[in-house]
Amino acid sequence: MNAPVNLEKLLPLADHRHLDHLEEEAIFILREVAAAFERPALLFSGGKDSCVVLRLAEKAFKQRIAGNDFKGKLPFPLVHVDTGHNFPEVIEFRDRRVAEMGERLVVGHLEDSMKKGTIRLSHPLESRNGHQTVTLLETIEEHRFDVLIGGARRDEEKARAKERIFSHRDSFGQWQPKEQRPELWNLFNTRIRPGEHFRAFPISNWTELDVWLYIARENIPLPSLYYAHDRQVIRRKGLLVPLTEVTPPEPGEQVETAQVRFRTVGDMTCTCPVESPAANAADVVAETLTVTVSERGATRMDDRTSDASMERRKKEGYF
Amino acid sequence: MSAQTSHAAADSASATAAGKVHQSEVDTTHRALRFLTAGSVDDGKSTLIGRLLFDSRAILADQLDTLAKRAAGQPIDLSLLTDGLEAEREQGITIDVAYRYFATKQRKFIIADAPGHEQYTRNMVTAAAGSDAAVVLVDVTKLDLDAAEVPLLPQTRRHSLLAHLLRVPSIVFAINKIDAAADPGEAFRKVGIALEKFAAAAGIRVTAVVPVSALRGDNVTQPLAADWYQGPSLLQVLESLPTVQETVEAPLAVPVQYVAREGEGTGNQPRTLWGRIAQGQVRAGDSVQILPSGVTAVVAELRRAGEVVDACLAGESAGLVLDRQVDVSRGDWIVAPGSAAPRRSVEATLAWLDTEPAVLGRKYWVRHGNRWVQARIVALHHRLDIQTLAETEAQELSVNEIGHVTVELQADLPVQPYAENRVGGAMIVVDPTSNRTSGALLVR
Repeated sequence: MNAPVNLEKLLPLADHRHLDHLEEEAIFILREVAAAFERPALLFSGGKDSCVVLRLAEKAFKQRIAGNDFKGKLPFPLVHVDTGHNFPEVIEFRDRRVAEMGERLVVGHLEDSMKKGTIRLSHPLESRNGHQTVTLLETIEEHRFDVLIGGARRDEEKARAKERIFSHRDSFGQWQPKEQRPELWNLFNTRIRPGEHFRAFPISNWTELDVWLYIARENIPLPSLYYAHDRQVIRRKGLLVPLTEVTPPEPGEQVETAQVRFRTVGDMTCTCPVESPAANAADVVAETLTVTVSERGATRMDDRTSDASMERRKKEGYF
Repeated sequence: MSAQTSHAAADSASATAAGKVHQSEVDTTHRALRFLTAGSVDDGKSTLIGRLLFDSRAILADQLDTLAKRAAGQPIDLSLLTDGLEAEREQGITIDVAYRYFATKQRKFIIADAPGHEQYTRNMVTAAAGSDAAVVLVDVTKLDLDAAEVPLLPQTRRHSLLAHLLRVPSIVFAINKIDAAADPGEAFRKVGIALEKFAAAAGIRVTAVVPVSALRGDNVTQPLAADWYQGPSLLQVLESLPTVQETVEAPLAVPVQYVAREGEGTGNQPRTLWGRIAQGQVRAGDSVQILPSGVTAVVAELRRAGEVVDACLAGESAGLVLDRQVDVSRGDWIVAPGSAAPRRSVEATLAWLDTEPAVLGRKYWVRHGNRWVQARIVALHHRLDIQTLAETEAQELSVNEIGHVTVELQADLPVQPYAENRVGGAMIVVDPTSNRTSGALLVR
């Protein structure tokens, strides 16, 4: 692992008290989840945002003596929806972190939904990303979770900017933007009926830069994909498409090797890296300060189809 | 800050007209300033926010690209940056509160973009409840500048009164589309006088009045080059505003949020009582009292975010380990011994947010701190006319109405006036059938 970074030296914007305040708010929300619900769970994909939420959960529920590892157990399991098309580095990281921390992991497999027939692909190489919602909702139902903690941020996307910290979902798992409950002060209305559930977003108010500052400050482990590495890619429609068994080159396309890193990590069929020499969290912080393309714009194939694609997916029950 | 504030208040009419700002001596710039924007439809609210984001470089190339494509050769419409929902684009209005983020070299900001439509006032209340400041947009082109006294629009009055009622600490008026006035200097002066007069009558302390043109970008982030205005830009005003302060110099009050039982089953592990301190501070060794039981104990150990600490202050989530086994659960309060007198009946301002009207005598759920209790509205003393704040007689409260009520609680709660403490003085009212958040109670 990299040594902790001296952020003061690196940047005037890295105001620790700002991060302290965000941390305080997130921990408060996590404890509210644990106290107000019977069967909570934390979504853990191995991505940077969920790694940050996991560290915040450690701070909320565990004890650390003299800077050592956290002792204790989280009051909820971790949940991951595996599309079967995840990057192997991420799955390896996920399993290692869960084992190191001694936590319980529940995995919902898209393949299981496909076997049951609740998910049908129109062709074998279709992106499975959009189908995650079905498996997610089936996992929620099977384990009777009444709240799922997620690492979504309001700065990611316009539909997310509208979402409450405690976001009510009806018995179909659907988000109804016009029916959102007013969220006043810190008095969260977490009352639900059987079959309904909530999504809770402790880092709603964080930006991509805040997340990286926190990763650097707290020395949070991440999958190696987030840092510069050489990878075979295809240049397609302004994006760098990683070469994988599910994203082969189209006729006439050249495969080349580039130094890249991922800003966001999702399904292999729709997540693209960016060219970057950033080798550690401090480098990424510096790069994030000067970046000119949004996180989703640079890296996602599936969100580009329509201004409203995220909203539509959220209405169906996606995060 | 008292000397400076009272001087500034005494001088407020002339100071605000010149665009000066009340300065806070407390350094809170490390916290993001949370502000809401209010204003009628078409006052240019979305354009103003788009301009703040655009000029502070919070808009990235691909987002601009999307807008440029939609503009199809026309100038980019900055207002489109903020309308995020399909229904909003369909109707060209803002339905729900959206939160936007931007930063300057000086500080970070969170904008609560609240809708201007009357039917969505509940969302403005939502935005105001968490805000350090309100920016109320005044569209100069909608005002009769030839009148001896320029009449303000109802929504201007309504939004500033709501922000005032919810005790948003700083209220800033941005006089927009100033470039469209025939004589901008004269228009700014006259509207400023009208705002001052209205604010004085309503008891609103005006933090600043600034002229802007959101469309052209005049005086939003870049100061206006005009002989009739030498004051700060809107952004300069926002950079100088204080964030809501927690009261540290007051008796301890902690609503218990979460009781952690580490090492459960081992028989010797104490429980940690976690709660965000509403006011005051606590140190290891302090005596505390538990409400409602009234039992006292001594703080044996204090924790914060996974570590053992010596002291915790208002605003922080403290973990208290007590020196003896006492019955404490979520919803209880930990206070300085003898400092709180719980009550079963409160007088409050009630902002009604539900399409189902408030029914006198019906049982609702009420949340105060971390406790849910049942409650009944037993008296509706009057309704506030939101345009004038005049008190009128009423039998019920409908959606978007505000009244003065007496509420009877199922249990004794250590409530405080909202003016003294936002945590101790605020409650939400929840409909027991629909589970909707129906009202906001501010203890008087």
